[in-house]
Amino acid sequence: MSGANGAPRPRPGDPPITPELVEDHGLSPSEYELILDVMGREPTFTELGIFSAMWSEHCGYKNSKRLLRLLPTTAPWVIQGPGENAGVIDIGGGWALAFKMESHNHPSAVEPYQGAATGVGGILRDVFTMGARPVATLNSLHFGDLEMARARYLLEGVVRGVGDYGNCVGIPSMGGEVHFDRGYEENPIVNAMCLGIVRSDELIRGEAEGVGNTVMAVGARTGRDGIHGATFASEELSEGDDEASRPQVQVGDPYTEKLLLEASLELIASGDIVGIQDMGAAGLTSSGAEMAGRSGTGVEMDVARVPVRAEAMTPYEILLSESQERMLVVARAGREEAARRVLEKWELEAATIGQVTDKGTFRVLEDGVPVAEIPALPLTEGCPAYERPGEESKEVRALRAQDISRYGDLSGDDLQAAFLEVVGTPAVASKQWIYEQYDTTVRASSIERPGGSAGLIRIPGTDLGVAASTDCNGRHCYLDPRSGAAGAVVEAARNVACTGATPLAITNCLNFGSPLRADIRHQFREAVLGIRDACAHLETPVTGGNVSFYNETDGKAVYPTPVIGMVGTIADVAKFVGHSFRRPGDAILLLGHNKGELGGSEYLYTLHGVVAGGPPTVDLEAERALTRCLPAMAERRVLSSAHDVATGGLAATLAECCLGRPRTGRPVGASVRLDDALPPAALLFGEDHGRVIVSASPTDEAEVREIAAKHGVPCAPIGTVGEERSSLQIHLRGEFLELPLGTLADRYFGAIPRAMDDEP
Amino acid sequence: MRIAVITLPGSNCDQDCHRSVEAAGATAVPVWHREMSLGGADAVIVPGGFAHGDYLRPGAIARFSPIMTPVVEFARSGGLVVGICNGFQILCEAGLLPGALLRNRSLRFQSHDCALRVERSDTPFTSRYREGQVIWMPLAHADGNYYADPGTLEELECEGRVVFRYSDAEGESTEEANPNGSLNGIAGIVNEGGNVLGLMPHPDRAIDLALGWQDGLPLFESLVDSVRQRAPAPVAVAEGRALAGTAR
Repeated sequence: MSGANGAPRPRPGDPPITPELVEDHGLSPSEYELILDVMGREPTFTELGIFSAMWSEHCGYKNSKRLLRLLPTTAPWVIQGPGENAGVIDIGGGWALAFKMESHNHPSAVEPYQGAATGVGGILRDVFTMGARPVATLNSLHFGDLEMARARYLLEGVVRGVGDYGNCVGIPSMGGEVHFDRGYEENPIVNAMCLGIVRSDELIRGEAEGVGNTVMAVGARTGRDGIHGATFASEELSEGDDEASRPQVQVGDPYTEKLLLEASLELIASGDIVGIQDMGAAGLTSSGAEMAGRSGTGVEMDVARVPVRAEAMTPYEILLSESQERMLVVARAGREEAARRVLEKWELEAATIGQVTDKGTFRVLEDGVPVAEIPALPLTEGCPAYERPGEESKEVRALRAQDISRYGDLSGDDLQAAFLEVVGTPAVASKQWIYEQYDTTVRASSIERPGGSAGLIRIPGTDLGVAASTDCNGRHCYLDPRSGAAGAVVEAARNVACTGATPLAITNCLNFGSPLRADIRHQFREAVLGIRDACAHLETPVTGGNVSFYNETDGKAVYPTPVIGMVGTIADVAKFVGHSFRRPGDAILLLGHNKGELGGSEYLYTLHGVVAGGPPTVDLEAERALTRCLPAMAERRVLSSAHDVATGGLAATLAECCLGRPRTGRPVGASVRLDDALPPAALLFGEDHGRVIVSASPTDEAEVREIAAKHGVPCAPIGTVGEERSSLQIHLRGEFLELPLGTLADRYFGAIPRAMDDEP
Repeated sequence: MRIAVITLPGSNCDQDCHRSVEAAGATAVPVWHREMSLGGADAVIVPGGFAHGDYLRPGAIARFSPIMTPVVEFARSGGLVVGICNGFQILCEAGLLPGALLRNRSLRFQSHDCALRVERSDTPFTSRYREGQVIWMPLAHADGNYYADPGTLEELECEGRVVFRYSDAEGESTEEANPNGSLNGIAGIVNEGGNVLGLMPHPDRAIDLALGWQDGLPLFESLVDSVRQRAPAPVAVAEGRALAGTAR
C-alpha cells in the first residue's frame, strides 16, 4: 500500500496507458511526450484525464494563445485584463465593471435548452466569483434559416434556456444580436455575456493563496454529467452525435445558482475567504489547478470528501465531472466555520476537501491514497502552443472577387418589394418574440432595453450608466475575416456610442471551425488581426474572452464568427439617446457617408441567395471620430435619436427609426431624400460601415452639424420626421418609395412570430 | 415607519422593493425567510422572484417557509400585506388571497410593459391613484394567468375586490390587452378584509421616470400613507370588515 506521502500509482481497474488511450483523450503523441517530461514517469489514468482536460483546446487554448497575445489589453482604465475569470475596468465613482463572454455552442447543438441555460449559468459565475454582482446579460445567437425545422427547434430551445435561467436568477437581459443564415444550420452559435459591478476595492481573484488555507467544494453535488465536456467542446460534431453526446451536456439549476451568487458575494464581503472559482469546464480539475497555478502555491484535495450524487464514482470521474452550480472556495485558516455559516444560511452544501500547500503541485488523494500529483504550473501554463500556417480557401477568394454590381440596379415596384422583404427577413426583423421571453426589467435599472442600438443600465444610486452591445456579422467575416472582425468591433462601438456612451473595452468570443484545417487557421489569424487593429484604433482594449473551435459538422464549418462584446459608460443616464424618431418636424441627418457596398449583405442573401463580394470596408479613423462625436452630441443634449446602420442597410435603419418599440412605441413617418449617385439597391441595402442616422429638433440641428464638423465626421441633412399613422417616403435619384407604417410594422414585427408560431 | 421586505431563497426583486419603499419615504427592513417574527414591522411586502426555485409550482413550497407563519398571522389581524408577482403567487398558495395563477396562455415567459386600469382608489394600496386611471408598468412572469372558480370570481367582482385590470392605453379591458389569459383581465386583487393585495405586474420596477415609468410609486406611497393613518399598527380588525370600511 502506498501511503499518503507516496507517489500515485494506478488504481485497481484503471486501463493501461496505451497510444490509443492517449489519442482518445485528444492528446497527440508529441503532447504525450511532453507529459512524460513534466511527470518524469508514466502518468496514471487519472492523471492522463487531468492533462486531457487542461490541455484541451477549451482550457489550454493551444491553437490560439500565440495569436491572442497580439491583442491590445491595456489602458489606464483596465483593472484586470485576460487570464482571470472576467475582465475588469474602472468606470468611475469608485465602481468597477467585470464582464466576460463565453460560448456554449456544442452543448446547444445537442440539447439547446440545457446547453443555452448552462451557458448563462457559467458566465454569471465567472462574474460573481470576481466579487461583482451580475447586473445584466447579453447574448449573441446565430442559427440556420428559420425555414428549416432544425433552426426553429434550436431557436425555441435556446431562447427558453437563456430565459429560464437568467429570469430565475434575476439578471436582466440588456441586449444582444440574433442572426440567421444557412451557414449555421448544423452548428448554432450560442454566446452569453454577463456584466457585473463591484466597488473597485472589493475585487477578489481566483487564487489559492496562503499555505494551510482550506479548500472547500460548495454547491451542487458532483455527478457523472458532462464528464470530458471540455474535450467534447474541442472536437467537431458528426452525424449521429446527438444521442451519443448527451451525457456530455450538463443540466442547469438556476435556483442553486441564485443561492451560490448571494452566498459568494456575502462570503467575499465577509473576508472569510481568499479565493473562489467556478468549477466550469473540466470542473474540479481546472478550478483546483488554476487556483494553484495563478498563485504559485499548490493544492491538495481528497476526492473521497467531495459530495457526490452517484454511486461508486472514480477519482477520474469526480475530477472531470462538469456538474453545474459548483464552486471551489478557499477559506482562510481558522475562519472555515464562519464561511460555513454563510453557506448554511443559503442552504448550500459545503465540504472541506483539502488545503493549500507550498508544494507547487496539484495533488489528489482518494481516501488518503495518492491518485494524482502534477506540477501545477506546467499543467495550467505548459500546454503546448501551436501556430501552424493557414491558407485562405480558394472558394472564398473567388466569392469575394465575384462581381456583384448587377444586383445594385432595381427600380419601381421591385425596389419597393425588396425594401419590405429586407425589413421582414428574420435577421433584420424585430427580435421582440425573443427578448420578450427574457426578463429585461428586473433590478429596476434598465434604461435602454433590448430592441435599440445597445442596452443601457444605470448603476443603482448613481447617475452613471453602462452600455453594452454584442455584434458579429459572420457573413462579412466569411468573405473577409480581417475586415469582418474589425467590422464587428466598430459596429459594436457605434452601437454603444449611439446611446451616448463612450466605448471603453471589449470581451470576445471567437467561434470557428476546426483549427486542424489550414483555411480555418487563416480565418482565425485574420480575424484576430482585424480585432487587434480595430481595438487599438478605438482604444478599446481586450479584457478577456473565449475561443470556441471545432464548430463544424462533417467537415462543414460555421462562418468565422468572432463575436465582440463592447462596453462603455455615460456619466449621466439622463443624457441617454434612444434609437427611434421622436418628434414630427425633427431634422434627420446622416453621419458618415454612403458607399453602396453590397458585398455580403442581407439583401444579396435574402433576395438573390448570394453570399459574395467584398464585405463593407472599414475606415478605422472615421469610426474613431464617429464614436467620439456621438457622446459629445449626447452630452450637449442636441440629439432626439441616434441609430446605427448595419444589417439590412439604410432600409432597415430607417424602418426601425420610424417604427420604434413594439407595444409602447408611437411609430412616426419620415420623408427622406438620398441624392447619392449610387445604384438604388446598393444605396438602400448596402451595409457600409461608419454610418449613423440621427434626428434633432430644427433648433439643435446647427449644433449637431457643428459638433460633427469639429470631429471631422461628415453630416448631411437627409429629411424630416413625419406624423404618426403616416408613411416612410424615400426619394432617390429617379426613384420614389412610399412605405405605409402599418405595412412596415407588419413585416418588421410579424416576421419571427409568423416563422415560429404559425401552423406550417 | 418600517416595512418588512421578505427575502426567500430565490427572491430576486427584494432589492427593487427595498428601493421602492425607501422612495416612498419609509424604512425597508429585510427579513430572511427563516425568521419567526416580523420584528414589529408596520407592513409587509412579499417580493417577486422564484422562491425555492418555483419547484412543484410557484409559491407551493414558499408557503411553508417559517416566515410565512407570522405573515399569515399579521394579515389575519388586519396588517397590510402586498405580494408582487411571485409574492402574489405565494399569497394565493398561503390562502391569503383566493384563486391561482396558472401558466400564461402563451405557455411562455413574458416580459414587457403593460397598461392597467385602476379599479379602486379606496384601498390602502391605491389611494394615490384615481379610479379609472390607466397606469403603465412592466410585467415579467410565466405563470400570471389568474384563475378562480366562477363563484369566487363573481364574489371578487361583486365586492369590488379587483383592484387592477389589464387594459389598453385608453383604459378598455380588451382581449388583446390581456397578456396572459387571466379571467376578466384580472391583474391584481385584494382579500376580503381589503388589507392584502396581490398583483402580477411590477410597480417596484416603475418608480423612476429615467426607466420609463413612475406609475408604480403611488402604490408604495399609498401604502405608506395608510400605515401612517393606521398607527399604531397592526390594528385589530373586526371580522368580515368590508372593503369600503377600510381605514384610509
